[in-house]
Amino acid sequence: MGRKPLRSTDDAQPGGTPSPEATEVPEKRPGSGRMGRRTFVVGAAGILGAGVLKGLADPAHAQEAQVIVPDDPTKVQGPTASLVGGRSPFEQPERFLHPQLTSSRTPLQELHGTITPSDLHFERHHGGVAHIDPDKYSLLVHGLVERPMVFTLRDLKRFPSQSTVYFMECSGNFPRNASEDTLPQQICGLTSQSEWTGIPLSTLFREVGVLPEATWFLAEGQDAAVMTRSIPVEKAWDDAMIAYGQNGEALRPENGYPARLFLPGWEGNASVKWLRRIELSDGPFQTREETSRYTDPLKDGKVRQFSFVMDARSIITSPCYPDRVEPGWLELRGIAWSGRGRIRSAEISFDEGATWHAADLQEPVLPKAHVRFRYMWKWDGREATVLSRTTDETGYVQPTQQELIEARGVGTRYHLNPITGWRIRTDGSVVYRTEEWA
Amino acid sequence: MRTAGSLAVLAAFAGFGCGGGDAQSGGNGESSLQGVASSEPIPESFELGRTATDEEIDTLAIAVMPDGRGLPPGGGTPGEGAEIYAAQCAACHGPEGEGGGGGQLVGRIPGDPFDWGDGMQGPRTIGSFWPHATTVFDYTRRAMPWDRPGSLSDDEVYAVTAYLLFLNELIGEEDEMNAETLPRVVMPAYGRFVPDDREETTRVH
Repeated sequence: MGRKPLRSTDDAQPGGTPSPEATEVPEKRPGSGRMGRRTFVVGAAGILGAGVLKGLADPAHAQEAQVIVPDDPTKVQGPTASLVGGRSPFEQPERFLHPQLTSSRTPLQELHGTITPSDLHFERHHGGVAHIDPDKYSLLVHGLVERPMVFTLRDLKRFPSQSTVYFMECSGNFPRNASEDTLPQQICGLTSQSEWTGIPLSTLFREVGVLPEATWFLAEGQDAAVMTRSIPVEKAWDDAMIAYGQNGEALRPENGYPARLFLPGWEGNASVKWLRRIELSDGPFQTREETSRYTDPLKDGKVRQFSFVMDARSIITSPCYPDRVEPGWLELRGIAWSGRGRIRSAEISFDEGATWHAADLQEPVLPKAHVRFRYMWKWDGREATVLSRTTDETGYVQPTQQELIEARGVGTRYHLNPITGWRIRTDGSVVYRTEEWA
Repeated sequence: MRTAGSLAVLAAFAGFGCGGGDAQSGGNGESSLQGVASSEPIPESFELGRTATDEEIDTLAIAVMPDGRGLPPGGGTPGEGAEIYAAQCAACHGPEGEGGGGGQLVGRIPGDPFDWGDGMQGPRTIGSFWPHATTVFDYTRRAMPWDRPGSLSDDEVYAVTAYLLFLNELIGEEDEMNAETLPRVVMPAYGRFVPDDREETTRVH
């Protein structure tokens, strides 16, 4: 309770408005969303001799609070089948909201495996969530093409489809100067993973006949921000998709329903949601989001622009703050990913990076995807620090924060992927290993 | 799977991507699309979608390029823009663009230094950080004002753009901004932006 906002003076956007994706992680009550913040009554007082699980503190969840949890489920018929299932009332993972409600973060510490449930996928909106009638949806592709064309959602779904697992990460996914009471969700909860279904963008480019002088394309959304980003046309011939499916169902509205651009391994902002228009051009448009935002100051007086690829990164998601562990065997668990391709290794260090020990990678290790890693470790009860780092198939090694600062200076807010870790105190409490940004 | 995809990418480049006038001809042996297995030969076209009309393109294609392509007819002066700004923008961005609920839009640092990477402090405003004046028009027209995005006329957007450039001491009080003049405004941040080259190395960069 009462923890400080994770915000340093130099992290505040000088313009006044904090950048919701990059500058701060606001207060979160320890344990909130982790163990459940409601009071449950489970006992024998309910109907049919069963206990009633009751949400006393949260009217928003009154409906699910009606679930009956009998003392002995073998002695009473359970509820019938239902049209749509829900989570166990004992499980209440939640996204973590930015105070301006412009972004929310995936509860990485509460997830198993590598797929993010669609309703927990991180969000970053620049004009709120657009709600679009799929029957009125269309995508215009024009500019330097032979045949400017319009495709309905029905058209898009009739093209040859593909389903591929990819992570999606916002480039503003690291809070500098975070304090000890920080959750993985707050450190890098702006990454999520789904199986995305759609069509290769190259299929559409083939249909419209992209002209040879087209080197970039503009992707434009149908939200209130009419979000625009310029993308090199090579990405379309590589692996860019128009996605309409996510984890087996239609895209969620907050993820771009009914169709979005998806650029595997690249910063999330470029994968424009609610995609309404693609314009092929002979250069970038220099939109607001690719100039005054989502660019990275360097220490030579320049600013890096069109920094699309997400560098390799890892995080230990268990144990983490605010866990309390006991001496004995612990499975260190986490995820690793790289926008450049497959993860080659994930490693653990117990000595601040002096030596590293290979963790097990859960197969299949997919390119541009979160990979689950695990390391069995016997904690002896003494104060310890556990760090993780990853190396991808190109040989890129996840850097320390100091290496990042030495390479780029201190003024950058995006594309920060430093090695992070946790301290385990002798009483078993786990806290974030803090590191001053300087 | 990835190999097949890569081959298909090559096929796409060879047959369609750079085909220019030959894009429609296709049919030079491709049997698969990128990442898509096919049970039958891929046709030249799946014959889905329809040709876009000039009218619907004109309606939707609002993007402006740094050289001014895409700018509409019309124009506006800082004086005209001041009134519109006061009514539509000041509530969030402050009476003189100093910021409020919305970001700070106005402010230069003496000498226009650009040492942000070294931790230089200062407001990242249109005058101190934006490399292209055309972006002000493009963004204002598509996304502002916050409570009624896209509601300003082209003349009004030109006028607000002119006012903001004037407040940033980039144009004179009488200078009209239009499709000819706006792209010629030289921004202090112009030339400061460099393309990403991280993938040329495996080092931290």
